[in-house]
Amino acid sequence: MSGRRVVITGLGMLTPLGNDVASSWQAVLEGRSGIGPIERFDTEGYATRIGGAIRNLDLEAYMSAKDARKMDAFLQYGLIAAIQAVADSGLEAVSDLDKTRVGVAIGSGIGGLEFIERNFRSLEAQGPRKVSPFFVPASVINMAAGYTAIRFGFKGPNIAITTACTTGTHNIGYAARTIKYGDADVMLAGGAEMATTPTGVAAFCAARAMSTRNDDPEKASRPWDRERDGFVLGDGAGVVVLEELEHARRRGATIYGELIGFGMSDDAHHITSPPEDGAGAQMAMRNALRDSGIAPDEVGYINAHGTSTQVGDLAEVAAIKAVFGEHAYRLAVSSTKSMTGHLLGAAGAIEAIFSLLALRDGQLPPTINLENPDEGCDLDFVPNAARATELDVALSNSFGFGGTNGTLIFRRYQA
Amino acid sequence: MSTVEERVKKIVCEQLGVKESEVQNTSSFVEDLGADSLDTVELVMALEEEFETEIPDEEAEKLATVQDAIDYIVAHT
Repeated sequence: MSGRRVVITGLGMLTPLGNDVASSWQAVLEGRSGIGPIERFDTEGYATRIGGAIRNLDLEAYMSAKDARKMDAFLQYGLIAAIQAVADSGLEAVSDLDKTRVGVAIGSGIGGLEFIERNFRSLEAQGPRKVSPFFVPASVINMAAGYTAIRFGFKGPNIAITTACTTGTHNIGYAARTIKYGDADVMLAGGAEMATTPTGVAAFCAARAMSTRNDDPEKASRPWDRERDGFVLGDGAGVVVLEELEHARRRGATIYGELIGFGMSDDAHHITSPPEDGAGAQMAMRNALRDSGIAPDEVGYINAHGTSTQVGDLAEVAAIKAVFGEHAYRLAVSSTKSMTGHLLGAAGAIEAIFSLLALRDGQLPPTINLENPDEGCDLDFVPNAARATELDVALSNSFGFGGTNGTLIFRRYQA
Repeated sequence: MSTVEERVKKIVCEQLGVKESEVQNTSSFVEDLGADSLDTVELVMALEEEFETEIPDEEAEKLATVQDAIDYIVAHT
Protein backbone atom coordinates (compact mmCIF):
# COMPACT_ATOMS: atom_id res chain seq x y z
CA MET A 1 0.00 0.00 0.00
CA SER A 2 2.97 2.31 0.41
CA GLY A 3 2.79 2.74 -3.37
CA ARG A 4 -0.46 4.69 -3.10
CA ARG A 5 0.18 8.42 -3.53
CA VAL A 6 -2.06 11.06 -2.00
CA VAL A 7 -2.87 14.35 -3.71
CA ILE A 8 -5.02 17.31 -2.75
CA THR A 9 -7.93 17.97 -5.08
CA GLY A 10 -10.18 20.37 -3.18
CA LEU A 11 -9.87 23.25 -0.71
CA GLY A 12 -12.33 25.04 1.56
CA MET A 13 -11.81 27.64 4.28
CA LEU A 14 -13.31 30.35 6.42
CA THR A 15 -10.82 32.66 8.09
CA PRO A 16 -10.75 36.12 9.66
CA LEU A 17 -9.42 37.20 6.25
CA GLY A 18 -12.37 35.98 4.20
CA ASN A 19 -15.18 33.47 3.99
CA ASP A 20 -13.62 31.37 1.24
CA VAL A 21 -10.23 30.27 -0.10
CA ALA A 22 -9.92 32.92 -2.80
CA SER A 23 -10.58 35.92 -0.56
CA SER A 24 -8.42 34.57 2.30
CA TRP A 25 -5.48 33.88 -0.03
CA GLN A 26 -5.82 37.28 -1.69
CA ALA A 27 -5.61 38.94 1.75
CA VAL A 28 -2.52 36.86 2.61
CA LEU A 29 -0.79 37.94 -0.59
CA GLU A 30 -1.62 41.56 0.22
CA GLY A 31 -0.34 41.13 3.79
CA ARG A 32 -3.58 42.23 5.42
CA SER A 33 -4.48 41.59 9.05
CA GLY A 34 -7.85 40.05 9.94
CA ILE A 35 -7.64 41.06 13.59
CA GLY A 36 -10.03 43.53 15.25
CA PRO A 37 -12.01 44.15 18.44
CA ILE A 38 -14.01 41.16 19.72
CA GLU A 39 -17.69 41.88 19.08
CA ARG A 40 -19.18 38.51 19.95
CA PHE A 41 -19.55 39.34 23.64
CA ASP A 42 -18.89 42.21 26.02
CA THR A 43 -15.14 42.14 26.73
CA GLU A 44 -15.22 44.69 29.56
CA GLY A 45 -12.74 43.51 32.17
CA TYR A 46 -10.85 41.11 29.88
CA ALA A 47 -7.10 41.68 29.49
CA THR A 48 -7.41 40.76 25.79
CA ARG A 49 -10.27 42.33 23.84
CA ILE A 50 -9.18 41.56 20.27
CA GLY A 51 -9.41 38.57 17.96
CA GLY A 52 -9.95 37.34 14.44
CA ALA A 53 -13.66 36.80 13.76
CA ILE A 54 -15.68 35.40 10.88
CA ARG A 55 -17.69 38.35 9.57
CA ASN A 56 -20.66 38.74 7.21
CA LEU A 57 -21.16 35.01 6.81
CA ASP A 58 -24.16 34.03 4.70
CA LEU A 59 -25.03 30.88 6.68
CA GLU A 60 -28.18 30.15 4.74
CA ALA A 61 -26.22 29.84 1.50
CA TYR A 62 -24.93 26.58 3.02
CA MET A 63 -27.60 25.25 5.39
CA SER A 64 -31.14 25.86 6.60
CA ALA A 65 -31.70 28.15 9.57
CA LYS A 66 -33.19 25.16 11.37
CA ASP A 67 -30.02 23.10 10.96
CA ALA A 68 -27.76 26.05 11.79
CA ARG A 69 -29.55 26.51 15.11
CA LYS A 70 -28.56 22.98 16.14
CA MET A 71 -24.85 23.59 15.69
CA ASP A 72 -22.27 25.47 17.65
CA ALA A 73 -20.46 28.00 15.45
CA PHE A 74 -17.40 25.74 15.13
CA LEU A 75 -19.59 23.07 13.53
CA GLN A 76 -21.15 25.58 11.14
CA TYR A 77 -17.67 26.70 10.09
CA GLY A 78 -16.39 23.15 9.69
CA LEU A 79 -19.36 22.04 7.63
CA ILE A 80 -19.13 25.14 5.42
CA ALA A 81 -15.41 24.55 4.76
CA ALA A 82 -16.23 20.93 3.87
CA ILE A 83 -19.02 22.01 1.52
CA GLN A 84 -16.63 24.43 -0.19
CA ALA A 85 -13.90 21.78 -0.48
CA VAL A 86 -16.27 19.22 -2.01
CA ALA A 87 -17.58 21.81 -4.48
CA ASP A 88 -14.02 22.76 -5.39
CA SER A 89 -13.01 19.13 -5.92
CA GLY A 90 -15.74 18.38 -8.45
CA LEU A 91 -16.44 15.09 -6.64
CA GLU A 92 -20.18 15.58 -6.76
CA ALA A 93 -20.12 15.39 -10.53
CA VAL A 94 -18.61 11.89 -10.39
CA SER A 95 -21.63 9.71 -11.08
CA ASP A 96 -20.02 6.42 -10.04
CA LEU A 97 -18.31 7.74 -6.89
CA ASP A 98 -18.18 4.91 -4.32
CA LYS A 99 -19.18 6.79 -1.20
CA THR A 100 -18.21 3.90 1.05
CA ARG A 101 -14.63 4.74 0.01
CA VAL A 102 -14.94 8.43 0.97
CA GLY A 103 -14.24 9.35 4.60
CA VAL A 104 -13.96 12.39 6.83
CA ALA A 105 -11.41 13.48 9.47
CA ILE A 106 -12.28 16.92 10.82
CA GLY A 107 -11.40 17.84 14.40
CA SER A 108 -11.44 20.81 16.71
CA GLY A 109 -9.13 21.88 19.50
CA ILE A 110 -11.82 23.02 21.91
CA GLY A 111 -15.25 22.11 20.51
CA GLY A 112 -18.60 23.78 21.12
CA LEU A 113 -17.64 26.08 23.95
CA GLU A 114 -20.29 28.70 23.16
CA PHE A 115 -23.08 26.10 23.21
CA ILE A 116 -21.69 24.63 26.41
CA GLU A 117 -21.66 28.04 28.10
CA ARG A 118 -25.19 28.89 26.95
CA ASN A 119 -26.64 25.62 28.19
CA PHE A 120 -24.78 25.79 31.47
CA ARG A 121 -26.29 29.24 32.04
CA SER A 122 -29.78 27.81 31.37
CA LEU A 123 -29.08 24.90 33.71
CA GLU A 124 -27.91 27.20 36.49
CA ALA A 125 -30.75 29.69 36.08
CA GLN A 126 -33.70 27.43 35.28
CA GLY A 127 -32.77 23.83 36.03
CA PRO A 128 -32.17 20.63 34.07
CA ARG A 129 -35.31 20.81 31.94
CA LYS A 130 -33.91 23.88 30.18
CA VAL A 131 -30.89 22.13 28.68
CA SER A 132 -31.35 21.76 24.91
CA PRO A 133 -31.87 18.26 23.48
CA PHE A 134 -29.33 19.35 20.87
CA PHE A 135 -26.71 20.20 23.45
CA VAL A 136 -24.57 17.10 22.90
CA PRO A 137 -24.75 16.88 19.08
CA ALA A 138 -24.28 20.66 18.88
CA SER A 139 -21.09 20.74 20.92
CA VAL A 140 -19.12 17.49 20.75
CA ILE A 141 -16.04 17.63 18.57
CA ASN A 142 -16.68 14.84 16.08
CA MET A 143 -19.91 16.39 14.79
CA ALA A 144 -18.21 18.43 12.06
CA ALA A 145 -17.15 15.11 10.57
CA GLY A 146 -20.59 13.69 11.34
CA TYR A 147 -22.52 16.52 9.69
CA THR A 148 -20.23 16.35 6.66
CA ALA A 149 -20.85 12.62 6.23
CA ILE A 150 -24.60 13.08 6.54
CA ARG A 151 -24.63 16.00 4.11
CA PHE A 152 -22.83 14.10 1.34
CA GLY A 153 -23.53 10.45 2.19
CA PHE A 154 -19.83 9.69 2.74
CA LYS A 155 -19.81 6.32 4.51
CA GLY A 156 -16.07 5.69 4.81
CA PRO A 157 -13.92 6.16 7.92
CA ASN A 158 -15.19 9.04 10.06
CA ILE A 159 -13.00 10.46 12.78
CA ALA A 160 -12.09 13.66 14.61
CA ILE A 161 -8.63 13.82 16.08
CA THR A 162 -8.27 16.34 18.92
CA THR A 163 -4.75 17.49 19.67
CA ALA A 164 -5.12 21.16 20.63
CA CYS A 165 -3.34 23.40 18.10
CA THR A 166 -2.00 20.42 16.13
CA THR A 167 -5.52 19.13 15.38
CA GLY A 168 -5.76 20.28 11.76
CA THR A 169 -2.33 18.92 10.87
CA HIS A 170 -2.93 15.57 12.56
CA ASN A 171 -6.30 15.10 10.88
CA ILE A 172 -4.80 15.75 7.44
CA GLY A 173 -1.80 13.51 8.09
CA TYR A 174 -3.93 10.73 9.50
CA ALA A 175 -6.40 11.01 6.62
CA ALA A 176 -3.55 10.66 4.12
CA ARG A 177 -2.40 7.49 5.89
CA THR A 178 -5.96 6.17 5.76
CA ILE A 179 -5.80 6.50 1.98
CA LYS A 180 -2.26 5.10 1.74
CA TYR A 181 -3.22 2.13 3.88
CA GLY A 182 -6.15 1.41 1.58
CA ASP A 183 -9.04 2.13 3.93
CA ALA A 184 -10.39 4.92 1.72
CA ASP A 185 -9.78 6.51 -1.69
CA VAL A 186 -10.89 10.02 -0.74
CA MET A 187 -10.76 11.78 2.64
CA LEU A 188 -12.03 15.21 3.66
CA ALA A 189 -9.72 16.44 6.40
CA GLY A 190 -9.09 19.51 8.51
CA GLY A 191 -10.19 21.39 11.59
CA ALA A 192 -12.72 23.92 12.86
CA GLU A 193 -12.66 26.34 15.78
CA MET A 194 -14.70 29.06 17.48
CA ALA A 195 -13.24 29.52 20.94
CA THR A 196 -13.84 33.27 21.12
CA THR A 197 -16.27 32.98 24.03
CA PRO A 198 -16.13 34.43 27.55
CA THR A 199 -14.62 31.28 29.05
CA GLY A 200 -12.24 30.70 26.14
CA VAL A 201 -10.84 34.21 26.12
CA ALA A 202 -10.71 34.45 29.92
CA ALA A 203 -8.82 31.17 30.10
CA PHE A 204 -6.15 32.13 27.57
CA CYS A 205 -5.86 35.52 29.30
CA ALA A 206 -5.36 33.74 32.62
CA ALA A 207 -2.62 31.61 31.05
CA ARG A 208 -0.94 34.88 29.96
CA ALA A 209 -0.78 33.42 26.47
CA MET A 210 -2.49 36.17 24.48
CA SER A 211 -1.47 39.58 23.18
CA THR A 212 -2.96 42.52 25.05
CA ARG A 213 -2.24 45.01 22.27
CA ASN A 214 -5.92 46.02 22.33
CA ASP A 215 -5.37 49.53 21.00
CA ASP A 216 -3.68 48.30 17.82
CA PRO A 217 -5.27 44.97 16.87
CA GLU A 218 -3.82 44.71 13.37
CA LYS A 219 -0.31 44.87 14.83
CA ALA A 220 -0.96 42.42 17.66
CA SER A 221 0.08 39.16 15.99
CA ARG A 222 3.79 39.67 15.26
CA PRO A 223 5.76 36.42 15.21
CA TRP A 224 9.53 36.77 15.84
CA ASP A 225 9.26 40.52 16.39
CA ARG A 226 10.95 41.89 19.50
CA GLU A 227 7.68 43.51 20.62
CA ARG A 228 5.51 40.39 20.35
CA ASP A 229 3.43 39.73 23.43
CA GLY A 230 1.45 36.57 22.82
CA PHE A 231 -0.90 35.02 20.30
CA VAL A 232 -4.19 36.40 18.98
CA LEU A 233 -7.17 34.06 18.92
CA GLY A 234 -8.84 33.51 15.54
CA ASP A 235 -12.02 31.71 14.43
CA GLY A 236 -12.67 29.63 11.34
CA ALA A 237 -12.13 26.31 9.61
CA GLY A 238 -10.15 24.65 6.87
CA VAL A 239 -10.88 21.42 5.02
CA VAL A 240 -8.97 19.75 2.18
CA VAL A 241 -9.98 16.90 -0.11
CA LEU A 242 -7.25 14.25 -0.12
CA GLU A 243 -7.43 11.72 -2.90
CA GLU A 244 -5.51 8.68 -4.06
CA LEU A 245 -3.55 9.78 -7.13
CA GLU A 246 -4.98 7.29 -9.64
CA HIS A 247 -8.52 7.99 -8.44
CA ALA A 248 -7.91 11.69 -9.00
CA ARG A 249 -6.30 11.16 -12.40
CA ARG A 250 -9.06 8.92 -13.69
CA ARG A 251 -11.64 11.63 -13.12
CA GLY A 252 -9.44 14.44 -14.40
CA ALA A 253 -9.34 16.27 -11.06
CA THR A 254 -7.42 19.51 -10.54
CA ILE A 255 -4.41 18.61 -8.38
CA TYR A 256 -3.11 21.29 -6.00
CA GLY A 257 -0.16 19.26 -4.81
CA GLU A 258 0.94 15.97 -3.31
CA LEU A 259 1.17 15.20 0.40
CA ILE A 260 4.53 13.45 0.55
CA GLY A 261 5.37 13.49 4.25
CA PHE A 262 3.77 13.40 7.69
CA GLY A 263 5.59 13.33 11.01
CA MET A 264 4.53 13.40 14.65
CA SER A 265 6.19 13.62 18.05
CA ASP A 266 5.74 14.89 21.57
CA ASP A 267 7.94 17.20 23.63
CA ALA A 268 7.33 15.13 26.79
CA HIS A 269 8.39 18.28 28.60
CA HIS A 270 5.67 20.66 29.87
CA ILE A 271 1.89 21.04 29.47
CA THR A 272 2.04 24.32 27.56
CA SER A 273 5.68 25.28 26.85
CA PRO A 274 8.19 23.73 24.47
CA PRO A 275 11.82 23.10 25.46
CA GLU A 276 14.19 25.87 24.34
CA ASP A 277 15.77 23.76 21.62
CA GLY A 278 12.39 22.71 20.19
CA ALA A 279 13.48 19.07 20.40
CA GLY A 280 9.96 17.78 19.83
CA ALA A 281 9.47 20.07 16.86
CA GLN A 282 12.77 18.85 15.43
CA MET A 283 11.62 15.27 15.70
CA ALA A 284 8.27 15.97 14.01
CA MET A 285 10.08 17.63 11.08
CA ARG A 286 12.66 14.83 10.88
CA ASN A 287 9.94 12.18 10.94
CA ALA A 288 8.07 13.96 8.15
CA LEU A 289 11.25 14.28 6.08
CA ARG A 290 11.99 10.58 6.54
CA ASP A 291 8.42 9.73 5.54
CA SER A 292 8.75 11.85 2.40
CA GLY A 293 12.10 10.43 1.37
CA ILE A 294 13.37 13.87 0.31
CA ALA A 295 16.57 15.57 1.46
CA PRO A 296 16.17 18.52 3.87
CA ASP A 297 17.62 20.93 1.31
CA GLU A 298 14.74 20.24 -1.06
CA VAL A 299 12.38 22.16 1.26
CA GLY A 300 11.90 25.69 -0.05
CA TYR A 301 9.27 27.06 2.33
CA ILE A 302 8.15 26.42 5.89
CA ASN A 303 4.74 27.62 7.02
CA ALA A 304 5.73 27.90 10.67
CA HIS A 305 3.58 27.36 13.72
CA GLY A 306 4.84 30.86 14.68
CA THR A 307 2.13 31.98 17.10
CA SER A 308 3.81 35.19 18.32
CA THR A 309 4.56 33.93 21.82
CA GLN A 310 7.92 34.62 23.46
CA VAL A 311 9.02 31.03 24.01
CA GLY A 312 7.34 29.23 21.14
CA ASP A 313 8.72 31.40 18.35
CA LEU A 314 12.30 30.98 19.57
CA ALA A 315 11.99 27.21 20.03
CA GLU A 316 10.71 26.78 16.48
CA VAL A 317 13.61 28.79 15.05
CA ALA A 318 16.04 26.64 17.07
CA ALA A 319 14.35 23.51 15.78
CA ILE A 320 14.50 24.65 12.14
CA LYS A 321 18.20 25.45 12.49
CA ALA A 322 18.87 22.06 14.07
CA VAL A 323 17.04 20.14 11.36
CA PHE A 324 18.13 22.10 8.28
CA GLY A 325 21.61 23.34 9.26
CA GLU A 326 22.96 25.88 6.77
CA HIS A 327 19.92 25.37 4.54
CA ALA A 328 17.80 27.00 7.29
CA TYR A 329 19.23 30.32 6.11
CA ARG A 330 18.36 29.67 2.47
CA LEU A 331 14.77 28.48 2.78
CA ALA A 332 11.88 30.84 3.52
CA VAL A 333 9.92 30.65 6.79
CA SER A 334 6.74 32.60 7.45
CA SER A 335 3.82 32.69 9.83
CA THR A 336 0.42 33.35 8.28
CA LYS A 337 -0.85 33.63 11.87
CA SER A 338 0.52 37.17 11.70
CA MET A 339 -2.57 37.86 9.54
CA THR A 340 -5.18 35.26 10.57
CA GLY A 341 -4.42 35.02 14.26
CA HIS A 342 -4.23 31.55 15.80
CA LEU A 343 -7.14 29.32 14.83
CA LEU A 344 -6.09 26.58 17.30
CA GLY A 345 -7.55 23.32 15.97
CA ALA A 346 -8.18 24.83 12.54
CA ALA A 347 -4.71 26.40 12.25
CA GLY A 348 -2.96 23.38 10.75
CA ALA A 349 -5.70 23.01 8.16
CA ILE A 350 -5.72 26.59 6.91
CA GLU A 351 -1.91 26.63 6.95
CA ALA A 352 -1.80 23.43 4.88
CA ILE A 353 -4.01 25.24 2.38
CA PHE A 354 -1.79 28.34 2.35
CA SER A 355 1.22 26.05 1.80
CA LEU A 356 -0.49 24.38 -1.16
CA LEU A 357 -1.44 27.75 -2.65
CA ALA A 358 2.15 28.93 -2.21
CA LEU A 359 3.22 25.92 -4.30
CA ARG A 360 0.51 26.50 -6.90
CA ASP A 361 1.20 30.20 -7.37
CA GLY A 362 4.92 30.33 -6.60
CA GLN A 363 4.20 32.98 -3.95
CA LEU A 364 5.63 33.03 -0.44
CA PRO A 365 3.12 34.32 2.14
CA PRO A 366 4.59 37.09 4.29
CA THR A 367 5.04 37.44 8.04
CA ILE A 368 3.47 40.83 8.71
CA ASN A 369 4.30 43.13 11.65
CA LEU A 370 7.90 41.94 11.63
CA GLU A 371 9.58 45.27 12.28
CA ASN A 372 12.49 44.37 14.56
CA PRO A 373 13.36 40.68 14.56
CA ASP A 374 14.13 39.39 18.04
CA GLU A 375 17.60 38.24 18.98
CA GLY A 376 18.38 34.94 17.28
CA CYS A 377 15.46 35.33 14.87
CA ASP A 378 17.68 35.62 11.82
CA LEU A 379 15.98 33.42 9.21
CA ASP A 380 14.28 34.66 6.05
CA PHE A 381 10.82 35.26 7.52
CA VAL A 382 9.47 36.87 4.30
CA PRO A 383 8.90 40.10 6.26
CA ASN A 384 5.84 42.18 5.55
CA ALA A 385 5.35 41.50 1.83
CA ALA A 386 4.64 38.37 -0.20
CA ARG A 387 7.37 37.31 -2.59
CA ALA A 388 7.33 35.42 -5.88
CA THR A 389 9.67 32.44 -6.04
CA GLU A 390 10.27 29.05 -7.60
CA LEU A 391 8.89 26.57 -5.13
CA ASP A 392 8.62 22.78 -5.23
CA VAL A 393 8.34 21.68 -1.61
CA ALA A 394 6.53 23.33 1.34
CA LEU A 395 6.48 22.12 4.94
CA SER A 396 3.83 23.08 7.52
CA ASN A 397 4.35 22.83 11.30
CA SER A 398 1.83 22.68 14.14
CA PHE A 399 2.54 22.39 17.85
CA GLY A 400 -0.04 22.01 20.62
CA PHE A 401 -0.59 21.98 24.37
CA GLY A 402 0.48 18.65 25.75
CA GLY A 403 3.63 19.01 23.71
CA THR A 404 2.05 17.38 20.67
CA ASN A 405 3.70 18.16 17.33
CA GLY A 406 2.84 17.53 13.69
CA THR A 407 4.49 18.31 10.37
CA LEU A 408 3.13 17.96 6.84
CA ILE A 409 5.23 18.15 3.66
CA PHE A 410 3.66 19.02 0.31
CA ARG A 411 5.24 18.87 -3.12
CA ARG A 412 4.17 20.44 -6.35
CA TYR A 413 2.48 17.68 -8.27
CA GLN A 414 4.68 15.94 -10.85
CA ALA A 415 3.26 13.04 -12.81
CA MET B 1 -52.26 40.69 21.25
CA SER B 2 -51.94 37.53 19.15
CA THR B 3 -54.16 34.55 19.84
CA VAL B 4 -52.82 31.31 21.30
CA GLU B 5 -53.17 29.73 17.87
CA GLU B 6 -51.09 32.42 16.19
CA ARG B 7 -48.40 32.25 18.85
CA VAL B 8 -48.20 28.45 18.71
CA LYS B 9 -47.91 28.49 14.93
CA LYS B 10 -45.22 31.14 15.03
CA ILE B 11 -43.12 29.00 17.37
CA VAL B 12 -43.70 25.89 15.28
CA CYS B 13 -42.43 27.78 12.21
CA GLU B 14 -39.34 29.03 14.03
CA GLN B 15 -38.47 25.73 15.67
CA LEU B 16 -39.11 23.42 12.74
CA GLY B 17 -37.97 25.77 9.99
CA VAL B 18 -41.24 25.58 8.06
CA LYS B 19 -43.31 28.28 6.34
CA GLU B 20 -46.52 29.55 7.87
CA SER B 21 -48.49 28.31 4.88
CA GLU B 22 -47.34 24.75 5.60
CA VAL B 23 -48.69 24.75 9.13
CA GLN B 24 -52.32 23.61 9.49
CA ASN B 25 -54.07 22.91 12.77
CA THR B 26 -54.17 19.25 11.82
CA SER B 27 -50.45 19.11 10.91
CA SER B 28 -48.48 16.41 12.71
CA PHE B 29 -45.12 17.66 13.94
CA VAL B 30 -43.34 14.45 12.96
CA GLU B 31 -45.24 13.28 9.89
CA ASP B 32 -46.12 16.58 8.21
CA LEU B 33 -43.57 19.08 9.49
CA GLY B 34 -40.41 16.95 9.50
CA ALA B 35 -39.64 17.01 13.22
CA ASP B 36 -37.47 14.30 14.75
CA SER B 37 -37.56 13.25 18.39
CA LEU B 38 -35.05 15.94 19.43
CA ASP B 39 -36.96 18.65 17.54
CA THR B 40 -40.16 17.82 19.41
CA VAL B 41 -38.39 18.11 22.77
CA GLU B 42 -37.07 21.53 21.84
CA LEU B 43 -40.45 22.60 20.47
CA VAL B 44 -42.06 21.81 23.81
CA MET B 45 -39.33 23.80 25.59
CA ALA B 46 -40.05 26.79 23.33
CA LEU B 47 -43.79 26.53 24.03
CA GLU B 48 -43.09 26.39 27.76
CA GLU B 49 -41.05 29.54 27.51
CA GLU B 50 -43.55 31.45 25.36
CA PHE B 51 -46.52 30.61 27.58
CA GLU B 52 -44.63 30.59 30.88
CA THR B 53 -45.85 27.17 31.79
CA GLU B 54 -44.42 23.73 32.40
CA ILE B 55 -45.54 20.80 30.29
CA PRO B 56 -44.80 17.50 32.07
CA ASP B 57 -43.03 14.89 29.92
CA GLU B 58 -45.98 12.50 29.95
CA GLU B 59 -48.24 15.29 28.65
CA ALA B 60 -45.65 16.50 26.13
CA GLU B 61 -45.49 13.04 24.56
CA LYS B 62 -49.20 13.30 23.69
CA LEU B 63 -48.81 16.52 21.72
CA ALA B 64 -48.71 15.20 18.16
CA THR B 65 -50.36 17.96 16.18
CA VAL B 66 -50.56 21.75 16.19
CA GLN B 67 -54.14 21.54 17.50
CA ASP B 68 -53.00 19.28 20.38
CA ALA B 69 -50.55 21.97 21.43
CA ILE B 70 -53.13 24.76 21.15
CA ASP B 71 -55.66 22.76 23.19
CA TYR B 72 -53.12 22.00 25.89
CA ILE B 73 -52.05 25.62 26.19
CA VAL B 74 -55.65 26.91 26.30
CA ALA B 75 -56.57 24.40 28.99
CA HIS B 76 -53.49 24.98 31.17
CA THR B 77 -52.72 28.70 31.04
